[in-house]
Amino acid sequence: MTVQPPVNSLRSLPDDTGHFGQFGGRYVAETLMPLILDLEKEYRKAQDDPEFWAEFDALMKDFVGRPSPLYYAPRMTEHFRALAPEGKGPKVYFKREELNHTGAHKINNCIGQILLAMRMGKTKIIAETGAGQHGVATATVAARFGLECKIFMGATDVERQKPNVFRMKLLGAEVVPVKSGAMTLKDAMNDALRHWVAHVHDTFYIIGTAAGPHPYPELVRDFQSIIGKEVREQIMEKEGRLPDMLVAAVGGGSNAIGLFHPFLDDPEVAMTGIEAAGLGIESGKHAASLTGGKPGILHGNKTYLLQDEDGQITEAHSISAGLDYPGLGPEHSWLHESGRVRYVPITDDQALEAFQLCCLLEGIIPALESAHALAALPQLTAEMDEDKILVVNVSGRGDKDIFTVAEALGVEL
Amino acid sequence: MSNRFETAFAKGPALVCFITGGDGDTAANLDALVEGGADVIELGMPFTDPMADGPAIQEANIRSLDKGTRTADIFRMAAEFRTRHPHVPLVLMGYANPMTIRGPEWFAAECAKAGVDGVICVDIPPEEDAALGPALREAGVSLIRLATPTTDDARLPAVLEGSSGFLYYVSVAGITGMQQAAQASIEEAVARLKAASDIPVAVGFGVRTPEQASKIAKVADGVVVGSALVDLVRQHGDKAAGPLKELTSALAGAVHSAR
Ligand SMILES: Cc1ncc(COP(=O)(O)O)c(C=O)c1O
Repeated sequence: MTVQPPVNSLRSLPDDTGHFGQFGGRYVAETLMPLILDLEKEYRKAQDDPEFWAEFDALMKDFVGRPSPLYYAPRMTEHFRALAPEGKGPKVYFKREELNHTGAHKINNCIGQILLAMRMGKTKIIAETGAGQHGVATATVAARFGLECKIFMGATDVERQKPNVFRMKLLGAEVVPVKSGAMTLKDAMNDALRHWVAHVHDTFYIIGTAAGPHPYPELVRDFQSIIGKEVREQIMEKEGRLPDMLVAAVGGGSNAIGLFHPFLDDPEVAMTGIEAAGLGIESGKHAASLTGGKPGILHGNKTYLLQDEDGQITEAHSISAGLDYPGLGPEHSWLHESGRVRYVPITDDQALEAFQLCCLLEGIIPALESAHALAALPQLTAEMDEDKILVVNVSGRGDKDIFTVAEALGVEL
Repeated sequence: MSNRFETAFAKGPALVCFITGGDGDTAANLDALVEGGADVIELGMPFTDPMADGPAIQEANIRSLDKGTRTADIFRMAAEFRTRHPHVPLVLMGYANPMTIRGPEWFAAECAKAGVDGVICVDIPPEEDAALGPALREAGVSLIRLATPTTDDARLPAVLEGSSGFLYYVSVAGITGMQQAAQASIEEAVARLKAASDIPVAVGFGVRTPEQASKIAKVADGVVVGSALVDLVRQHGDKAAGPLKELTSALAGAVHSAR
């Protein structure tokens, strides 16, 4: 059930029209507008319906395997404490989203959205995917509930991510290779929207991150907030107090907002969102929309975007397919401008180093997306006192990335 | 300025022709449309991510951008068109980001300066009107809104509020250049829209042939053709003016003699 946040809360947005300050909104074609309004109505009903949340919670427990552990990472803690100045080097905890069914946080959102789809009487599911993680999670819930499922995936990504393409097919989904534009995630989203416009009567679009037209950023955030809510309980149990720092990678921003949102009104909890800096901000080949972009309108919302002076969207670059998108969710744009969350760019090389370190020191192979969050630890731990607590979201496991990492390290498999 | 629209629609059913700016020899193509008998011109502003367009217009956008077309070029094409054709209404059609990136006031002022009569922005529904609508109305440029098969009676007043020039009825729930709508559904929709509003109603999406155009012109104030013309630019490159004029003449003949 939803509890109204207090007045002046940082958790009360979006407003009634779906805006986070100047960001967010519903910038969609007229054909989609009535459906978007319907979805909002249905979500408001679900929000206040204990049965909806009971079903959500039951699936989270027995199908997804929640709660995911909050794990004290002893060797990472010691490693960075040894490198840090005297008295610095906080305790490092991992939120283990990589242990969820399908290996990432994406499933949390898919469960919530498919329950909404069924309440709306929709019989067909579509989704966009980059690396295939959201595609696999969507195909999984579609199989679980017996709904027809089409996944739009850039033709370039279909080629690069063959194992996930096969997984989706095993789960009964049709994978549609998208041949427009650069044939990657942004184009997959364009084609999913194009398909949706022509099939609004029976089709539900499960958007994979906390972006898109209102109410998607809000509802994806609410479904992913289970991450932060669990961390709150778990850290109270283990440490008897709230953490001092939260760290998460930001692609579209769903795992990050899911971790951050339940803590936004706790001023003692600092937060760092990690953007993908690719080959470096100055190279122009990156996916850091906040650091290297400016506000604009794309895919149904106003938010920071990588674009030129004319408002043409530019291609993103990141070694991590899940971060390889030229925008991010509107709430992050607002949290950035309000100063509540600090956003830091991390390069491909930094992420690769953190990826390997995590494997060696903790016995956990993290997703390349999550490795971006881990790569902020050298800097953050050097600034924080020994008695502080840092929680990093390990949003997914890295099995899907071993080919990419091998290639980057010059290893032939 | 909006009386260019009034004149264009006063003569009976009007033919509205769309091409993408910067795709092929745009000046020659625009002249061919006017010579062929187009009553209203829609000039597409290219965008990297044309979410509401099918393959034909998507590719036209990419061809144009690959040639280096900038927003300044589109306004130059518009201003030159206005000089050559003082009386033909000119509409810019495109997406929110290129239109709002320098601020809506900047865009509206450039439109007014170039002699643009109206603007169609695909991804700014009435709910987000503040992003562009007030600036256009202030500058005396018509905001032309889209109504679709999913626009029910409850929404229609919001769609009509603040729109002028004409109302663009998107006859199919879908993207440009795909299937055509059933004539019966078009008739019913146009009747519903005309009962709710005084501005002319033009029907588009999926209209390719003079036969289709003629049927629609019997019931609507205007017929919009886009992808069929853009296909000719793809086929003929910089030498598309002749074929464009030929198809436009056939379409104009069908539309103008429908009633
Ligand atoms: C494991 C993992 N983490 C993070 C992301 C980035 O998405 P978001 O920012 O929505 O969490 C992805 C996207 O595919 C992912 O697979």
